[in-house]
Amino acid sequence: MLSKSRLFFKGTAAVLPHMLSVIPFGIITGAIGVELGFDPILVYATSLIIFGGASQIIFMQLLSGGASSLVAITSVGVINSRHLLYGAVLSEYLEKLSFIKKLFISYFIVDQGFAESNKYIKQNKNLSNPHYYILGTGVTLWFCWQLSTISGIILGSFIPEDLGLKFAIPLTFLAIIVNDLRKLDHVFVMLVSGFASLILFDAPFKSYIILSPIVALIAAFIMLRLKK
Amino acid sequence: MTWLSIIISGIVTYFSRMAMIALIDRDMLSSKVKEVLNYVPAAVFPAIIFPGVFFNDFGSLVEITDPKIYGAIVALVVGFYSRNVISTIVSGLLSYWFIIFLILK
Repeated sequence: MLSKSRLFFKGTAAVLPHMLSVIPFGIITGAIGVELGFDPILVYATSLIIFGGASQIIFMQLLSGGASSLVAITSVGVINSRHLLYGAVLSEYLEKLSFIKKLFISYFIVDQGFAESNKYIKQNKNLSNPHYYILGTGVTLWFCWQLSTISGIILGSFIPEDLGLKFAIPLTFLAIIVNDLRKLDHVFVMLVSGFASLILFDAPFKSYIILSPIVALIAAFIMLRLKK
Repeated sequence: MTWLSIIISGIVTYFSRMAMIALIDRDMLSSKVKEVLNYVPAAVFPAIIFPGVFFNDFGSLVEITDPKIYGAIVALVVGFYSRNVISTIVSGLLSYWFIIFLILK
């Protein structure tokens, strides 16, 4: 049985490859905030309080472009609502925790951490403390995100834009699901989600990010019914 | 005003992270729902990947010759066979850079 700290650092190690996109993305987020004219403290506060890459950028862009607070807040809520799905999946592994611990660990639920944790815990069913793995992924991503947004705020976007590092973002998420391409039912759900996102891309409040998964999950539901 | 917006956005985001973990009793979910939840990664991540590959910075579809498409294909093939996160990302980036810096310039 793995000790709690071993499990935590296994989680850390699992998300390290994702730093290839997380760190540049964090630097860009910090730099954009300052470029848009926000107070550096305020830019950093979005990393600490909202803590969700894409939603922070959209939030600042909307406000600086003159959108109302309501529009900015709604967009953040819509973009980040996908965490509801991560929570629904992870709750199975966190069931035994106390309410306070659940409240604490929730703050650290992030895309890459969710994906790596879910993958690992599914493969290792008998863990007695799976939440240490989840915490390892989340806390690591949290630290790197805070540090990279701070460096973006102080140094500006010092990574040359020519490198096109934005492209690392779809690549990390591709790396997360590429293994599931072996399962045809998962491939079907991925294609539904992917094409839905292209069709729904212009929906208001960036809602394609939650609408496409919903469409794909409905497709999954129908697929499961037909299989029976 | 901006501060208030950040704080409300933070609360909304935190709620989305916490609600299903701390407020919902898993017994409330039917076995059908639990079965569908197996597909959450497959349902969420392509909605981030596809626009990232097939749309440009201005939100219009890229052409079939766009280097991002080829980078993604390389990453897909390498990832499929290597089952390794870092080689998936690195191979995608390197092939993308190879095209934009060596072929297109």
